[in-house]
Amino acid sequence: MSDQKTGLSRRRFLGAGSLIALSSPLATAATISGGTGTPWTADEASPPPKIDPLQWEFFTPKERVIVDALVETLIPADELSPSGKEAGCTLFIDRQMAGRFGQGSRLYMNGPYGASPLASQGRQSPLTPAEEFRRGLTAFNNFCIKEYKKAFNELTEDAREAALHLLEAGKIVLLGEVSSKDFFKTLLARTMEGFFADPVYGGNRDMVGWKMIGYPGAKYDYLDWIERHNETYPHPPVSIYGYTPES
Amino acid sequence: MNTEIKKLPKKDIAIVGLGWAGSIMAIELAKTGLDVIAFERGPWRDTADDFNVGYVQDELRYVVQQELMITAAEDTYTFRNASHQTALPIREYGSFLLGTGLGGSGAHWSGLTWRYNPTDFELRSHLTRRYGEKAIPDDLLIKDWGITYDELEPYYTKFERMAGIGGKGGVINGKVQEGGNPFEGNRSEDFPLPPMKMTFAAKLFAESARKIGMKPFPTPSANASGVYTNTYGVTMAPCTYCGYCSRCGCANYSKSTPQTNIIPALMRYSNFTAQVQSEVLHVVMDESGKVATGVVYIDASGQRYEQPADLVILTAFTIPNVRLLFASGIGEPYDPKTGKGLIGKNYAYQTNSSIQLFFEDKNFNPFISGGGVGQGVDEYNGDNFDHNGLGFFGGACIMSNVTSGWPITNRMTPPGTPKWGREWKKATKQHYLSTTVVRTQGSSYPTRSNYLDLDPTYKDRHGRSMMRLTFDFPENDLKMSAYVTNKALDVAKAMGASQTVMHVPQGPYNIVPFQSTHNTGGAIMGESPTDSVVNKYLQSWDVPNLFVIGGSAFPQNAGYNPTATVGALAYWAADAIVKQYLKQPGPLVQA
Repeated sequence: MSDQKTGLSRRRFLGAGSLIALSSPLATAATISGGTGTPWTADEASPPPKIDPLQWEFFTPKERVIVDALVETLIPADELSPSGKEAGCTLFIDRQMAGRFGQGSRLYMNGPYGASPLASQGRQSPLTPAEEFRRGLTAFNNFCIKEYKKAFNELTEDAREAALHLLEAGKIVLLGEVSSKDFFKTLLARTMEGFFADPVYGGNRDMVGWKMIGYPGAKYDYLDWIERHNETYPHPPVSIYGYTPES
Repeated sequence: MNTEIKKLPKKDIAIVGLGWAGSIMAIELAKTGLDVIAFERGPWRDTADDFNVGYVQDELRYVVQQELMITAAEDTYTFRNASHQTALPIREYGSFLLGTGLGGSGAHWSGLTWRYNPTDFELRSHLTRRYGEKAIPDDLLIKDWGITYDELEPYYTKFERMAGIGGKGGVINGKVQEGGNPFEGNRSEDFPLPPMKMTFAAKLFAESARKIGMKPFPTPSANASGVYTNTYGVTMAPCTYCGYCSRCGCANYSKSTPQTNIIPALMRYSNFTAQVQSEVLHVVMDESGKVATGVVYIDASGQRYEQPADLVILTAFTIPNVRLLFASGIGEPYDPKTGKGLIGKNYAYQTNSSIQLFFEDKNFNPFISGGGVGQGVDEYNGDNFDHNGLGFFGGACIMSNVTSGWPITNRMTPPGTPKWGREWKKATKQHYLSTTVVRTQGSSYPTRSNYLDLDPTYKDRHGRSMMRLTFDFPENDLKMSAYVTNKALDVAKAMGASQTVMHVPQGPYNIVPFQSTHNTGGAIMGESPTDSVVNKYLQSWDVPNLFVIGGSAFPQNAGYNPTATVGALAYWAADAIVKQYLKQPGPLVQA
């Protein structure tokens, strides 16, 4: 039994401070016979891989400054929190786009693509999320250059907000098979994920998103608190590794 | 594609899918000493390796990116609202999320563990008796199940005792119990565990419902309210209210799942084998078309095998069960034009609504909760209220059941709040802790135009036609939801919210936003082969050595989460197989 179990490849759950390879577990069939208990192995698990914040895997330097400007306009710095840029949303989106999410590994990507899908039928784009993001980013920035004679990141805060409002409302025709509304939707969704996901993914640096709203993070035991009603939970948040990438 | 099929030595029993139904079947049949093999298309998953307490509280990975779920890349369906439209593939799952891997959807469920009402099982007879012969519109295909609540009651009890369900019995041996659900069917005994500790929101809901004359009760929960050793000798640890139940694996051995409550005991049987990362493609039939001789499966390397078996049991979740019948050529596919055929008929879902409650002065700490934690009222569920003159049948449970405070997906702000920028930040901070939700979970009744069949265009990764889902909310169910949500609003207002915002389904049904993984029907149970696919023991009318267990057997869905009913039916069918079928293989009900 036990040697067959090795087909279920796993990464060891290493402690805080170590980097883990990005490879995904191999999908291998296994025959697990009864009579010898459950086939788990001590010290094996598959925690989320830590990212190296010093490397960029998807965005070019030029794209990075545009995304920085986008995420700090969507989540501006104020007394409530640092900005989306300072929180690491750009790094988060970079890793998402470079990884399995960006490649659309969960999506059904085969044709044929319907000519006029119903809104109720959901996503019907032949583009991967990474392709969609890159094309949308380029097209939106080109719109800014055409309309305002400046790249998005060179615009004033007011002008950035105005351009984003147009994008959100679908009032811009983007080139490159990406709709204005769809690009805005993914931009906003990824930015919010970057601000509120566990810091292990590169965003939410120092758990600033969680601190802003009072979410205590990756805790698992609130037994002492479940019946303390209408009280403010006093403890600071924790992250999965107790770890935030250095900027 | 490698299409050579290697034939394996015969087993006595082949089970397809290792979720709740498959695990229950496997252990109950392994007890007989027969050789049992169970197939699971996804990986082996256990708490220690896969739901590690060091990292399981990860919203991005499990809630947003749905790591425990089947991906559309692996297996998907086409979808449309109505049969005159062209169905397109679900390219990204949203409305429902099917599990994969050991435990199936039983690994990622939230844990609300209801029994259906007695009248739910005899719905057509009951409504006809109460409202008259002509009361049920022609388009509503609601049916009796062919089994009564009283017949199923011992098996509900068995499931609850296995799963360590916590709650407060409402009716025990004919006596209504203060603090329980007075509308529930009679119980032979109370829940094995007491109710869970309550959140502030649930407590406020219960007090307010009581004030306006309703009878609130703790929702029955599969998140253990204390230490519990179950009927297989497996021990659960008390829930710590971390809020990572739904879509997640429990790191704490607190949420009942196949891997926590059954697998450790099942794996002691040397006559049991789990074959994982191996997807069954179809049931093999003999020349007569009346006897199943085994299954063909494909493993992760693409190699196909034939596993002969004397008895085949499908426990692969609703839509996959129906697909296996299609792929095996068993039964006649339903045709909505003629009304003929039964496979794929009576597909139903769940009709849900919610009300957001914004407060100025409350702190709900929404992150302290659990999937089954909450309070509910059942005054407007099923036929617990008079439907005369209402223009619909069915109903919904009204609940305070906020199961988590996930910050990516649960940041409520009042309508009109910008989605980004300074105003968004202010509103998000102001409302995150002080907002709660009252929701309704409503019945879904089948119609002629909602069904499952095969898509003419799209193929799955194994070259089989994709399943096609044609579904929209029936008028009946939209009316029901609007009516019951207004009743829920009465409770919401009594809770003292400064602002309430209703979200009622409007149609067309949209495949994008998550609603519920409570898909039902397509291979329904009943009293006669003329209008059901399986008999009251979940045995195929056409192929007596084939059983089809799961939500696929529900003739319609009730205003409750379906898991306990799936589990009870699995125990009921297992009992019939052990006590009747194995002694004398053949039809358990004469057609």
